Amino acid sequence: MSDAPGRTPMIEVRGARKAFGAAEVLRGIDLTVGRGEIVAIIGPSGSGKSTLLRAINHLETLDAGEIRLDGRRVNLPLRGRAFERHVNALRRQIGMVFQQFNLFPHLSVLDNLALAPMRARGLDRQEARALATTYLERVHIPEQAQKYPAQLSGGQQQRVAIARALCMRPKIMLFDEPTSALDPEMIKEVLDVMVELAEDGMTMIVVTHEMGFAREVADTIAFMDHGRIVEALPPAQFFTAARTERAQLFLSRILGH
Amino acid sequence: MGTRSRAAACLGAASIGRKNALVLILTASMLGGCSGSYSWGWYVVLPTTAQGLSNIQFLLSGLWQTVAISLCAVAISAPLGLLVALPGLARNRWIRSINRIYVEIIRSIPILALMLWVHYGLPILLGINFSAFTSGLITLIVSDSAFTAEIFRAGIQSIDKGQHEAAEALGLNYRDKMRDVIVPQAIRRILPALGNQFVYIVKMSSILSIVGVFELTKKANELTTTIYRPLEIYTFLCLEYLVLVLIISAGVRRLERWLTIDRRA
Repeated sequence: MSDAPGRTPMIEVRGARKAFGAAEVLRGIDLTVGRGEIVAIIGPSGSGKSTLLRAINHLETLDAGEIRLDGRRVNLPLRGRAFERHVNALRRQIGMVFQQFNLFPHLSVLDNLALAPMRARGLDRQEARALATTYLERVHIPEQAQKYPAQLSGGQQQRVAIARALCMRPKIMLFDEPTSALDPEMIKEVLDVMVELAEDGMTMIVVTHEMGFAREVADTIAFMDHGRIVEALPPAQFFTAARTERAQLFLSRILGH
Repeated sequence: MGTRSRAAACLGAASIGRKNALVLILTASMLGGCSGSYSWGWYVVLPTTAQGLSNIQFLLSGLWQTVAISLCAVAISAPLGLLVALPGLARNRWIRSINRIYVEIIRSIPILALMLWVHYGLPILLGINFSAFTSGLITLIVSDSAFTAEIFRAGIQSIDKGQHEAAEALGLNYRDKMRDVIVPQAIRRILPALGNQFVYIVKMSSILSIVGVFELTKKANELTTTIYRPLEIYTFLCLEYLVLVLIISAGVRRLERWLTIDRRA
């Protein structure tokens, strides 16, 4: 978990705990993500990967622990309107990409991208659409601007979702299994866009089952199991010399087939 | 008359037992006897005679009131229904109960009782006097809003959680999320149900005749007192509503097509 000296890390998670009823999903998570660092979170399903990611932009509330974004605390004990304002201000700095894309089906691709800049950043329609066009070009589908999500392939939809998040000019991007709902032939086009983002220096946390991507792109691989980060290592070390038995077992299963 | 009453008797015997079936047979044969001897007088609503034409003109002169009151009612009750639905979606139990209390009470009041209460009760209790039109309008709006609220609640709840999360993750506040993302999608889904409610309002506006709004039904009542041909006149009245409802249906279908065309793959 490299961190440029003298700078605050982009994300700091300390002692994060979360239970759904009797099920403890996060059992004391510590994670530091430096500026421009790319962390891939891997692990078996039900290990708490998605919950951790969602807690970072407060789609899940923690039972205990704290999360800081660029030095500012995410989970503050505020209530009502004050809390909403605080959380919204933070969320505007965090881009989130979901497994199921979650595009707005009633809006054109361009308006999917332009909505948040207009509402949350106060741009007028023209500025917002210009911004949207810029980011559609970045994900290589400017020609789809006038279409509706249902008219696009899964890979195109996910790239629109990435562009939509980028339109808010976030400090960090969170990816929650971004390629798990895609047909195999469409995975690459999404991963390519993510690689370009990484090369541009974006800070990213990616929950993924794409071991190739994790190995090639991530600076750190965090292996989660049963609500804990069991190992966090650079990929070269993780794939060759994972120390724990659970990580080795997981790797043998996932790389075996 | 024979076949029909025999069929009715069979149905009756099958479902309600022998003794009741006997009563049914008697009733049916009596009714059958009446209808057999009734001679229709359609001339009262035939445009070919001067009398018929002026009757039709008289009956149709209520159309404007029916249309105006229905449009006003739906234009106000639909947004009101949405406003009532929103607290019903809150996590807080107390906020939710605002919605429950409103809906349960309002929709349990018979619309006729509500209208009499508004038109005759409020002047006595609070000294507020409304015109018949306004009283009727308030009644329709209040009554319909409870039903519309349930439709909106169901529609909004049917929207995938991921849509809420995507909007929230982009930093949209509650108002923007609902206005730009959730409600527009919900409206597309509940359009058939809202169309249903509109039809209901149009027909329910007929009870405004009781407080003296000169809409379609009131006109029919009036004509019946001068020309004693209630069956013909009320049949014509039914046709008037039928035409109105068919127009609404066609309009709603057009709207559905127009709104869903952009989602088609």
